Amino acid sequence: MSNYPIPDSATLVRMYEKMELIRLNDERAHKVVKTGRIVMPYYSPRGQEVIPSAISVNLTEEDYICTIYRGTHDMLAKGVPPKLLWAELAGRVTGTCKGKGGPMHITHPETGVMVTTGVVGSSMPIANGLAWASQLSGDDRVTIANFGDGAANIGAFHESLNLAALWKLPVVFVCQNNRYAEHTTFANSTAVDRIGDRAASYAMPGITVDGNDPEAMYGAAKIAIDRAKAGEGPTLIEAMTYRFNGHLLGDDGHYMDKEERQKAIDADPVARLRARLISDGVLSEADADKISADITAQLDEAIAFALDSDFPTLDELRRDVFATELA
Amino acid sequence: MTEKMTIAQALNLALDDAMAEDPKVVMLGEDLADNEEGGVMGVTKGLSTKYGKRVRSTPISEQAIMGAAIGASLVGYKPVAEIMLMNFTTVAMDMIVNHAAKLRFMSGGQTHVPIVIRTMTGAGFSVGGQHSDYLEAWFAHTAGIKVVAPANAAEAYGLLLSSIDDPDPVLFIENMPSYWTPGPAPTRGERIPLGKARIAREGKDLTIVSYSRMANEALAAAEALAEDGVDTEVIDLRTIAPWDQDTVIASVKKTGRLLTVHEATKPFGVGSEIAAVVNEALFGDLKAPVKRLGGAFCAVPFSKPLEDAFAPNAQGIAAEVRSMLSLDPVD
Ligand SMILES: Cc1ncc(C[n+]2csc(CCOP(=O)(O)OP(=O)(O)O)c2C)c(N)n1
Ligand SMILES: [Mg+2]
Repeated sequence: MSNYPIPDSATLVRMYEKMELIRLNDERAHKVVKTGRIVMPYYSPRGQEVIPSAISVNLTEEDYICTIYRGTHDMLAKGVPPKLLWAELAGRVTGTCKGKGGPMHITHPETGVMVTTGVVGSSMPIANGLAWASQLSGDDRVTIANFGDGAANIGAFHESLNLAALWKLPVVFVCQNNRYAEHTTFANSTAVDRIGDRAASYAMPGITVDGNDPEAMYGAAKIAIDRAKAGEGPTLIEAMTYRFNGHLLGDDGHYMDKEERQKAIDADPVARLRARLISDGVLSEADADKISADITAQLDEAIAFALDSDFPTLDELRRDVFATELA
Repeated sequence: MTEKMTIAQALNLALDDAMAEDPKVVMLGEDLADNEEGGVMGVTKGLSTKYGKRVRSTPISEQAIMGAAIGASLVGYKPVAEIMLMNFTTVAMDMIVNHAAKLRFMSGGQTHVPIVIRTMTGAGFSVGGQHSDYLEAWFAHTAGIKVVAPANAAEAYGLLLSSIDDPDPVLFIENMPSYWTPGPAPTRGERIPLGKARIAREGKDLTIVSYSRMANEALAAAEALAEDGVDTEVIDLRTIAPWDQDTVIASVKKTGRLLTVHEATKPFGVGSEIAAVVNEALFGDLKAPVKRLGGAFCAVPFSKPLEDAFAPNAQGIAAEVRSMLSLDPVD
């Protein structure tokens, strides 16, 4: 990986800002659900902040992503406005999807968030279609398909990788390997040691990378995205990371390996990058504090906006089923 | 009956009893062994510890789960496969519809598929459009697979044992939002035959046919209506396919009025089939057109007020009954 492109310090700061937004947003989600102000299933992305941040700084708003129920990090990094995100989490009509989709199904085409799926594995086949459209129209977009380690064992993964390689689609498959699928460890669900190794079976490059290392993750993402944009076809990235929390809020993850989990939390990638940017003199303490304070203010506003918004009216049950409202 | 039990406990007990009785009963599904917490809802807790390799957690691979269940069943095992949520049966449709349901027929009766597919679902949990659907009509429409949907703990126990005994594939639908509702405890070992409905409440003015959680809503509606002197008969179908036509027809012959209620969307639903059969059998005896209630014709919405309005409830059922009897609405 010595030949990987390296982010300059301005890029690292942009990545850090995204990571801090994801971290603080997650903190708020825990609070809001625990105090009962919003009832929703919430799948924390805490611990996985680097991955979408490193990817997104290599993308434009035009590029597409597909993500999963554990996807607020992917959405925020891609630029979904927190106000619209929070209003959707709260089931309000002002949300990205008028409150009809909810946390597992955020769609925001304006920022390229095309599909969020609650069905394991289903982000990949659809990502291929988006990429195919780009290939047909020559619009130079790249599509990112996010999914978990557990999803690599479903048929859709294998079908999608083969098709993407065969058609040389401008797509990047990003397996966020957080070591758990609900209560099942990676080792107990997967016969190979590395998902990245499977790329060889589909004649595409496979990169297994430390997804919590900002530089390595940036490099892997940039190589894959550049490759896709150059018409050279898909790449599989297995980004090694760690799920800090249980599967969803309410699951304390007591079944997780305590030592391993503590080690991952102690190596919190957000805190680490902050410390590094300060020690390298890229940011001062005050700069870093200001980034956090600005994000906090933005989140305060987003949550207040969400909770102050109206719920959708019942006629929404008849709208958006088809183009024409149901009778 | 004083003893109470939740549906989740009753299911666990039925699985335990079935495994203790018959060494050919095996289980597979995501997260269901104790190493993975005995199921995401804890329904299979303790069973892998007790029965070892006969209970296996699987990768997230619904097709492979169903295929393994089918294959083992062809050669003498009785697999109980769990597809965590009903919406995820879609990922394994080929295995269920093209294979499990059809192998007996296509093999000219040489092979058969005695499996149970346990799956949970139901609106009310704020989990939105891909985690809440009742899809029973798809399966009931497929020749060769039975469909069972219990309404309470005792029913869940007795029906699950019969489903495991059954020589054909059974899709066993569990309502997730009522998993922890305490209800009548089952009698150990007692089976409830498949294809036999339960008259949950006798009445003479109108028949409601329902199943799963909606049977309880129908019962609540009937109790409320009784206070106004309306005497409603409530039939819990228990088995959706094949359904107990005799019991339903006899009831509607008596009451002259039929309302069907299910949580699945109304168009092309199970209620439509029941209405058609009752019309064919009892056209001249009906005092009112058969009516159907069902979920709204849309994906299950996330937003709470929309989700609350999605499925029928006791109040709506009672209102429909009053309208069928030409009684003034109450507010
Ligand atoms: C087809 C399908 N099967 C099962 C589930 C239930 N389920 C939801 S999340 C999950 C675990 C997925 O793990 P992984 O792919 O590693 O993603 P992570 O949650 O760790 O981000 C499971 C089994 C589902 N949503 N879809
Ligand atoms: Mg995972």
